[in-house]
Amino acid sequence: MITVQNLTKTYQMGDVQVNALNGVSFEINKGEFVALMGPSGSGKSTMMNLLGCLDTPTSGTYTLDGNQVSQLDDVELSAVRAQKLGFIFQQYNLLPRQSALRNVELPLIYRGIPGSERHTRAAAALDIVGMGDRMEHRPNELSGGQQQRVAIARALSGSPSVILADEPTGALDTKTSAEIMSILQRLNREQGLTVVLVTHEHDVAAYAERVLTMRDGELVSDQKQTPR
Amino acid sequence: MATNTAILETRARNAPSSAEIVFAPLEGSGSVSWSEIARTAFDSLMANRVRSFLTMLGVIIGVASVVALMALGEGASKSITSQIESIGTNLLFISPGQLNNGGPGQGNVAAQTLSMDDYEAIKALNLPINGVAPSVQNVGTLVAPAADKNVSIVGTTPAYFTLNNLTLNSGMLFDETQTQDGASVIVLGSNVARDLFGNGQAVGQIVRLNGQPLRVIGVLEKKGGGGFGSTDDNAYMPITYVQQRFANMRTADGNKYRVSSLTLSVTDSKDISGVQGRISALLRERHHLASDGTNDDFSILSQDSILGTLNTITSLLTAFLAAVAGISLLVGGIGIMNIMLVSVSERTREIGLRKAVGARGQDILLQFLVEAVVLSLTGGLLGLALGFLIATAVTFSGLIIASVTPLSVALAVGFAIAVGLFFGIYPAQRAAKLNPIDALRYE
Repeated sequence: MITVQNLTKTYQMGDVQVNALNGVSFEINKGEFVALMGPSGSGKSTMMNLLGCLDTPTSGTYTLDGNQVSQLDDVELSAVRAQKLGFIFQQYNLLPRQSALRNVELPLIYRGIPGSERHTRAAAALDIVGMGDRMEHRPNELSGGQQQRVAIARALSGSPSVILADEPTGALDTKTSAEIMSILQRLNREQGLTVVLVTHEHDVAAYAERVLTMRDGELVSDQKQTPR
Repeated sequence: MATNTAILETRARNAPSSAEIVFAPLEGSGSVSWSEIARTAFDSLMANRVRSFLTMLGVIIGVASVVALMALGEGASKSITSQIESIGTNLLFISPGQLNNGGPGQGNVAAQTLSMDDYEAIKALNLPINGVAPSVQNVGTLVAPAADKNVSIVGTTPAYFTLNNLTLNSGMLFDETQTQDGASVIVLGSNVARDLFGNGQAVGQIVRLNGQPLRVIGVLEKKGGGGFGSTDDNAYMPITYVQQRFANMRTADGNKYRVSSLTLSVTDSKDISGVQGRISALLRERHHLASDGTNDDFSILSQDSILGTLNTITSLLTAFLAAVAGISLLVGGIGIMNIMLVSVSERTREIGLRKAVGARGQDILLQFLVEAVVLSLTGGLLGLALGFLIATAVTFSGLIIASVTPLSVALAVGFAIAVGLFFGIYPAQRAAKLNPIDALRYE
């Protein structure tokens, strides 16, 4: 599903060159639930941006679903994001003035899906995350956990190959975090959805079946574990 | 209960589950539909109603003033045309001196080179004309028993009334004999009659000019029109009376009487330039002037050329005013650009999110461009309505009949769209070029 080989990323910060990634290689198979851990500055966010096709590596290759995506241009990367990836952010990033349904439809709009099909799919996605009865609510009428559920539905609506979750529970309390993580776990187990999770909390990483740990731009450990 | 369960089971068997729907393969056209772009633009403009309206205000005022001013200009031009055409048809005005200022019939006040002999000579040419009339103009005070009034006194012949479309309301005009004899008679314009005699009968009354009694024999029909001194404010007398008894209008050699202008009406409009040429030649010969016209002591103006000149002036003025109004349209455009830039920076996170879920740079560009154009176009249409309202109000006030032309409508709407595109492209490009990673992190 995902293969990265010798991936490097160098930023120019004024006169100083910062090596955010120093040749990272790993593979993630279809249907895996992987947690990417590491302290801040370890390069996990950079890794996430590259995996999410939001950025391109300085060198190395990234293959997603059999396609080399490391050398694509902006327009092609947009298409990959639209078709293959679903994002979940720490701050939910819902459009504040739009209903939950409309927020979930957003990725489908950019793929040019006609209105009725878009509607059906978005409603089904909200149903999956248990928000089927709040489709017309706006984000400010929903709790943090509910907003994150809507965000998960949005990530699902385009039928992606991989879900990329960047600190999805960072803004939530323990109980709600557990609910959100069980939803991701259920999607992974029942639908075989590939999930890549970035977190620095061990409690959250415990839901994954494999943990990749990074430090100083390098992959320092790759461990299988029994998810909770 | 049993039936309910059965129904649920049937539904479960036939209808696809939510998961089946969501994880079914998906094929889209890959491009955002126009209706979605329009909806997004509309949503975001409606979210900031007051701001959107204030932003539009610049365009509204700009377009409204352009439309209203062009309508007024058009109205003024039409009114001038109809006033000049109401004077008569295919008229030529011959005046003494070289005309470099002054209106028709006024001539160069100082010049005294046109005489009654010239008039007789032109009459003798047998030109294809409806008639020719000499006239002298002077200012005098008419004294009636109840009131007195300063009027413009026109001394002329009976032909003058026909040529200038002046018709009688009551009484009669002076005839050829009275003209020859310089009879003490006067025909009043309608305003003069009203000011001197109120609503009473003017015909048959006596008015005094320089102490000399004059019998009012006729009152003219009201002609209306303003701007150039209405004929309703004139009084008409036999030309010989004015030349000989009211003012001494002998020529320099003392043998003849001078005239202020000659008016003639050409029968067929295609003969106008021919007639003009023959009269020029005749006057040059009589006045011993160079035949190439380099030292002419008279001017011939045609009604058409006056009309043309005046219309040129009006259109120039209209264009100038519209251009000034156009500046406010420009200012409105800058307002749009300003607000769009604010909007882009306010919505940085939204832009980042849209890009993350698959929006291309061009999708974002189009979205912001459409927002700018919707702002300017809505402003343009509201401005058009306002301009139309102003034009209607002016027409209703009776000042001038303002008419909104299709050209000005097209111009205003076209300009509004152009302003939106021109001032919207820069903010839209900024939005499109935002890096999604930075945009998502933006606080």
